[in-house]
Amino acid sequence: MINLMDNCCSKCTHSPATPCSNYVLCRTAGPFCHTDKGCEEKRKNHINNVRVPSGGNYQQIIVCGGTGCTSSGSARLVDSLKEAVNEAGLSDRVAVKRTGCHGFCENGPIVHIKPEGIFYTRVKPADARDIVNHLADGQIVERLVYRDAAGNSYPHFHEIPFYAGQTLILLTNCGHIDPEQISDYVAVGGYRSLVKVLQHMTPEQVIEEIQLSGLRGRGGAGFPTGKKWAAARRAAREIKYIICNADEGDPGAFMDRSLLEGDPHSVLEGMIIAGFAVGSHQGYIYCRAEYPLAIKRLKSAIQQARQWGLLGKNILNSGFDFDIDLKEGAGAFVCGEGTALQASIEGLRGMPRVKPPRSTEKGLWEKPTVLNNVETLANVPLIIQMGAEEYRKLGTEQSPGTKIFALSGSLVNPGLVEVPMGKTLREIIFGTGGGIRDGKAFKAVQLGGPSGGCLAEQHLDLPVDFDSLSSVGATIGSGGMVVMDEGACMVDVARFFLAFTQKESCGKCTPCREGTKRMLEILERMCRGEATLDDLADLERLCRVVKNTSLCGLGQACPNPVLSTLQYFREEYMAHIVEKRCPAGVCAELVRYRIDENLCRGCGLCLKNCPVQAIRGQRKQPHAIDDSRCIKCGVCLSKCKFKAVVRS
Amino acid sequence: MSDITCTINDKSVTVPRGTTILTAAAMLGIDIPTFCHDPELSRYGGCRICVVEVKGWGQLPASCVTEVREGMEVYTESEKVLEARRTILELLLANHPDDCLTCEKTGACRLQEYAYRYGVRKGAFPGACHAYPVEADNPFIMRDMNKCILCGKCVRVCSEVVGRSVIDFSFRGFHAKVATPLDSGLLNAGCVFCGSCVEVCPVGALTEKQRIGKGRPWELDSVTTTCPYCGVGCQINLLVKEGRVVGANAAGHGVNGRHLCVKGRYGHGFIHHPERLTNPLVRKNGQLHEVTWEEAIQEVVRRFGRIKQEYGGQAIGVLASARITNEENYLLNKLARLVLGTNHIDHCARL
Ligand SMILES: Cc1cc2nc3c(=O)[nH]c(=O)nc-3n(C[C@H](O)[C@H](O)[C@H](O)COP(=O)(O)O)c2cc1C
Ligand code: SF4
Ligand code: SF4
Ligand code: SF4
Ligand code: SF4
Ligand code: SF4
Ligand code: SF4
Ligand code: FES
Repeated sequence: MINLMDNCCSKCTHSPATPCSNYVLCRTAGPFCHTDKGCEEKRKNHINNVRVPSGGNYQQIIVCGGTGCTSSGSARLVDSLKEAVNEAGLSDRVAVKRTGCHGFCENGPIVHIKPEGIFYTRVKPADARDIVNHLADGQIVERLVYRDAAGNSYPHFHEIPFYAGQTLILLTNCGHIDPEQISDYVAVGGYRSLVKVLQHMTPEQVIEEIQLSGLRGRGGAGFPTGKKWAAARRAAREIKYIICNADEGDPGAFMDRSLLEGDPHSVLEGMIIAGFAVGSHQGYIYCRAEYPLAIKRLKSAIQQARQWGLLGKNILNSGFDFDIDLKEGAGAFVCGEGTALQASIEGLRGMPRVKPPRSTEKGLWEKPTVLNNVETLANVPLIIQMGAEEYRKLGTEQSPGTKIFALSGSLVNPGLVEVPMGKTLREIIFGTGGGIRDGKAFKAVQLGGPSGGCLAEQHLDLPVDFDSLSSVGATIGSGGMVVMDEGACMVDVARFFLAFTQKESCGKCTPCREGTKRMLEILERMCRGEATLDDLADLERLCRVVKNTSLCGLGQACPNPVLSTLQYFREEYMAHIVEKRCPAGVCAELVRYRIDENLCRGCGLCLKNCPVQAIRGQRKQPHAIDDSRCIKCGVCLSKCKFKAVVRS
Repeated sequence: MSDITCTINDKSVTVPRGTTILTAAAMLGIDIPTFCHDPELSRYGGCRICVVEVKGWGQLPASCVTEVREGMEVYTESEKVLEARRTILELLLANHPDDCLTCEKTGACRLQEYAYRYGVRKGAFPGACHAYPVEADNPFIMRDMNKCILCGKCVRVCSEVVGRSVIDFSFRGFHAKVATPLDSGLLNAGCVFCGSCVEVCPVGALTEKQRIGKGRPWELDSVTTTCPYCGVGCQINLLVKEGRVVGANAAGHGVNGRHLCVKGRYGHGFIHHPERLTNPLVRKNGQLHEVTWEEAIQEVVRRFGRIKQEYGGQAIGVLASARITNEENYLLNKLARLVLGTNHIDHCARL
């Protein structure tokens, strides 16, 4: 029995050809079909190897294998750690394991020692030996322990402020199990919800439970999942499909990626349950091709689930068939929109179509289709396991559960966080996120990416849930949260998002295709100081028309960054238009660099570094910048040791 | 199927379930502008010129794809609608050449018509404008994608009606463009030059090469006739200016509706060709001489008669044509068997 899922001995009868309804439970609490102490022991050992209970002799070095840590070198680190463990002769009681993302990517590569819960950050291969020494003699490697800005050190995982404020229920497995081993998932209780559903529930009961849980789609719109499933169940057609939307195109968002990389089976389990509830036998995962690691792990997860009879015909001897195929996207944001996504799976150009008909009536290949986001689906096994009532204790009345956010921007602790719905922005940004970096002041937070809005200081105490945010012109969106400090220019932010949507517009409808282009041009003129008040009126009119008349969500929502910044930071627009001034000093064309004569010592450093020779001056004499030559690169400002260069 | 009653511009109308706002409005005589809608093609809803206001709805739905609901209150020319429609026209014109003076489509162009109707001029949004080369690398169709408003009708007609799928959308956003695969040109892309795309194009993006400079739409008389080329018998309109045929299009009814093949649509160059035979000719002493029909037919009768007399009717073979109708083919069969006395008769369609 190399794997928890293998047959323990020759008496163990399960195989996909002879499926057994008790299979999953049997792995963790069995064997059921025969009694054998030895087999029980083997299973327990496998489970302990995953759960690493404290008090045992066994330890684990967990290395984060999320995309962030992988790119900062965690793969090499695994090799060095393995080597060091072997050298130290500890290989029989210490294992090195690669998991999914820990969410704390900024501090990666991350190493986590189990069961003690010691947490090391920014670990390099050269640190391997010291870490192994820690396991041998219990001495914590102080220099690798996480420290906050104030210098406090937090050796234990659960004490770190970044984690302390989180409620990890979806992300618990990420960072703890090996995502490429189905047996790890089963060892921590995976696929038990599926068993429960297949053995004890009718499709109607499953839908009822999801409806009672109040689960709302995490893909952006917050549509009640149970209602969607019920509609698809009602559609009296033989063939139906379940699609998992893993296109995650919002710039800066990586919630779904982390779930897929760290816990792919939870998404598969959610899909199988959805299939059972709706009466579908085929699922598709539409995953963006820019996520190679997620794709690799999904492929291995699907293959293993098939191998162990959790996908395919007659799953767990229930008579229910369900299989999943993977379809890679081709890099278009709009393919995250349901109908465009379906066209893309069908092999057509990813262009949205008008609704109705809704996908639950006529979706993929004109068959009733349920499309759910990755995170939505990952919630499903949890709800079945906990029960709707327990689940509802998390989050708010109208937005139950937790939400994963990708925190980015000027924060002390950017990363992936899971918090109950209803936490305030302040708690997330200043608690979990650690506040603004470099002692700067908070200015704005952009929620929901290019479809979302920018909120300001006065919204910090707003609870983060679907309805509170939409009441002020923002959305949870998929969960991207970009925090900006006083150095951000809101006109530039709006321009950035419009540039994104314009590039990603599919071109089907006039307002979005042509309108976003003109909106972008106006914003660009504003950033260059060339816009007039008429331009502002045009921009507002375009926002209205594009929002009201675009065909799909991309166009309908793309004015939001502009509208919200106009609403909360209008004076900044006026400064650009009327005074030709960028208060934050971001818009290059509106910035002037000047040398303060009183501070300049004439060291010549700026002069030497200016790429276009725009600075003149004699040594030891105050220097000056020739405006007509200056390209506003800012090099002089960063070079001057006497703070004599001023940006205005 | 149950009926639905709604009001459009405060007028009540009852229509079958599934009727679009656009159709319901038409029943009340209310015209809503459209670019991308075509009753023969799949529902598209892309151009958005047809948006209307529905009481209680946040968005302005496209009337060509939105079905009426019970009690719906629709306004087709409200403030909000007018602002949207004008803005959409301004957006289209902002990325459109200022070429109505010489454009072949002038007078039959929807963009021109609606710009006039809503008083919209070019110039509201200065900025980038496409500068594609005009594609004229084939004998029949001019493609000026600078004038294209991306209504997608050509794409749909080519795939849904003609079954060729020669063209489709390429690129994204502002750079979206209708193109052949890899922009290789119609000739290389398997186009059969049926001209259906030209027929449905609402603007001057697709025009007929042969008609350039041959006359404005209002100068043309239209003469409905049957295409002379094949037995399908498509109904065509010959477009005539000052007694000369300058083009043809489908009559819009009969077997072919709005569709023709390359011959019926573009194969009328022979009509005024200087080398066209306009009178019967009979060869006498090696020289062709113009004769009257009477004389020519007598000659044929005389010669056939001689062959029949000398060698018997079976010496004559008759080949019927796909270019004539069934009835004419039937008569030809009678002529062969009863008059000429031969059963050697066949039809070109069997070759
Ligand atoms: C332009 C656009 C992009 C979208 N991208 C995504 C995406 O990347 N992932 C996603 O789950 N939903 C995306 N959505 C939302 C989906 O259309 C759909 O609402 C969602 O996948 C439904 O799943 P849910 O009910 O579980 O949220 C996008 C919508 C639009 C309009
Ligand atoms: S709104 Fe934009 S992305 Fe959506 S259909 Fe229209 S052009 Fe395409
Ligand atoms: S901003 Fe750049 S270009 Fe301008 S003076 Fe300084 S170094 Fe030279
Ligand atoms: S396509 Fe229409 S609007 Fe454009 S130039 Fe031709 S006639 Fe004028
Ligand atoms: S001429 Fe006919 S075949 Fe050619 S592109 Fe147009 S519709 Fe298609
Ligand atoms: S070429 Fe004509 S028919 Fe085709 S998309 Fe452009 S405007 Fe529409
Ligand atoms: S030749 Fe073409 S256009 Fe003429 S009748 Fe035949 S199919 Fe129709
Ligand atoms: S005519 Fe209705 S959207 Fe184009």
